[in-house]
Formats: sequence, C-alpha cells, structure tokens
Amino acid sequence: MNQWKNFSKGLFRENAVFVLFLGLCPTLGVTTSVINGVGMGLATTFVLLMSNIVVTLIKNFIPDKVRIPSFIVIIASFVTIVELLMQVYLPSLFDELGLFIPLIVVNCLVLGRAEAFASKNTFTSSVVDGLGMGLGFTMALFFLGGVREILGNGSFLGFKFIHGDGILLFILAPGAFIALGYLIMIMNKINKKTA
Amino acid sequence: MGKKESSFVNMVITLFVITLTASIALGFVYEFTKVPIAVAKQAAKMKAINEVLPEFNNLPNEEIYKIVIDNDTLYFYPAREDNKLVGTAIETYTNKGFSGKIKLMVGILPDGSINNIVVLEHKETPGLGDKMSKSKSDFSLQFHKKNPENFNLSVKKDGGDVDAITASTISSRAYCDAVKRAYNAYIKGGKK
Repeated sequence: MNQWKNFSKGLFRENAVFVLFLGLCPTLGVTTSVINGVGMGLATTFVLLMSNIVVTLIKNFIPDKVRIPSFIVIIASFVTIVELLMQVYLPSLFDELGLFIPLIVVNCLVLGRAEAFASKNTFTSSVVDGLGMGLGFTMALFFLGGVREILGNGSFLGFKFIHGDGILLFILAPGAFIALGYLIMIMNKINKKTA
Repeated sequence: MGKKESSFVNMVITLFVITLTASIALGFVYEFTKVPIAVAKQAAKMKAINEVLPEFNNLPNEEIYKIVIDNDTLYFYPAREDNKLVGTAIETYTNKGFSGKIKLMVGILPDGSINNIVVLEHKETPGLGDKMSKSKSDFSLQFHKKNPENFNLSVKKDGGDVDAITASTISSRAYCDAVKRAYNAYIKGGKK
C-alpha cells in the first residue's frame, strides 16, 4: 500500500472529525481554545499510535471472540499512562483537560482504528495509519478551537486582540456545533476538489 | 501464522496475560509518577501561599493548623515577619460551583481585610466560569484590600458588592461562598 496515501487519508479523505464523525464528544467539549484542542489532539494521537502498534503486534495471538475486551484494556492502559505523565510534565494543561483525558478510552476513533485497521494490517501500515489519523484529529481540533477562541473570546493562543468579551455563544456548546458545521462544509469542498 | 482459535482456554489465557501485562505497566508508571505529582501539587500550593500574602520570612507550611467550624475543616498557614503576624493564608473550598468543588487560597491580613486570592482547583466551564482565575480576567482583583466587614461578599444580583463574571453568576456566587467561608472561620477563632 502507498504509505503517503495511507497517511494523508487521516488528514483529508477519512478525517476522523470532518468526514467519519468519530470522537465528537471530546471534539465539541474541549475546543474552547486552541491550546486545549491541540493538547487533546496530541494526547489522542499518542494513545492511537501506541494502541495501533500493540494491537498490530499481538493481533495473531488474540482469539476473535475476546478481541474487543483486549483492545479496550490496551487502550485504557495507555490513556491512564498519558493521564499520569501529563500530571507530571504538563500540569497546567492537565488542569484544563483533566476531565476529558479519561474519555479518550471511549473515543470511538481509537477503538475504531484498532478494530478496523491495526488488527488487519502490517506493522508499518498501522503506525502510519495511527499517526495520520491522530494528526488529522489534532488538525480538526486546532481549526475548531481556533475558530471558537477567535470568535468567542477575541484571542488566539491566549493572546487577546480585542477588548472585552467576544461572541459568548461560540464558547458555549451551540457555538461548537455551528463552527463544526461550517468547517465540515469547507472540508467537503476541499475533498470534492481533490477527489 | 493463522488466528488463534476462540476456545475457552485460549480466551481465558489471552485475557489473563493482557490484563496482567497492563497492570504491571500501569503499576510501574504509577510508582514512577507518584512522587513528582505530589511534589507538583505541593509546589502549586506553596506558590499560591506566596502570592496571597505580603512578604514574610517564616515557613507557613510548618506552622499549619486547622480550624473546624460547622463540620468544615479549613487549613490555615500563618505568615510572620520577624515573629510578627503579617497575614494568614487559608485553604478554603465550596461545593456550590457550576461543576463541583472549587478550592481557593485566600490571604487575609491581621486587620481582617483580604489581601489576595488564588484559585487552586476548579472544574468550571472553560471560557466562562474559569474567568475566576487571575490569568483569565480581572474578576478576582475586586476583592483586593477589601474588608468583608464593609464589603458584602455576595454578587450584586443578591444584593452584595461583587461584580459577577458575565454569564457565570453561579461560579461567581460559589467563589464568594468560598471566600466567605474562609473569612468566617478566620473571624471565629482562626486568627492566631
């Protein structure tokens, strides 16, 4: 398989958020600012990559009937590791994201890639797939967080450029849906052109 | 090599090995991070104490004492300069936050006025309630140098003197509640 195609599908054609609509709970929940979105995206990328690697390595030892519980245990372990490491090395980010980190376990994106891709493909393909999917997810959260932070708070990466409040709606839940809707529209346009 | 057959023994062994490996890995990471996490939390607390108090040269952490009032236990960190009390940092909390517990560090001067307040922990809505943190808005500045004796610690909606955060009245109320708790404990015998 062409590895570049395999990698870029996670960014565009099969982007987790804009095309597959997987993992929307953390997507809508944490993207109130760029930093939060990117932090969540990178944490998910790490979990996705590690679980893809482990699943593809041991795929032949797991009987079919217990594959889902096995994958979940593997994913949950990596999520807990991320949570602990984040508390040590990135305490300020953990203060913001702490609530959402355990939710990576139930992010359908991670289990979906383990089940649909890593358990059927070679080691290299799985690593590339995990990276592509994870970075695609991070990219989506970056754009969503960017739009919401600019419109809702009048700042970018914490740097304020207007005085006072922005459009509060965009910080609240409805704003997440509105921004996501428009971003999906743009993504569809791009995908149509390249297809 | 083909897939392993889904026989009972195979399934049990596989799950056992996977859970065992996962537990060992987690136990190892937990042991590895336990101390740094505790150190980081303690450091955050020390930093908060330094921020809410005027200059001092004792070690408030070693003179810590607790006051129990109406089933609330609050921790007091007295700060002294050359053995003279210059202020007290009080670790206070409220359960009335928009999404659970909020922990504050409140610095009170010997005359009873508030010196400074730092948020230790909260789970308020990002972009709204989290403006109680000093890094996000000027909300907490209005408490500076105010004496609750003549500064009603309630939001204006409730007849008090505090300007609530826009669209976060509940978080603002909770913040006031926590400050009030610290102040009341201080007045009712917390002063040492």
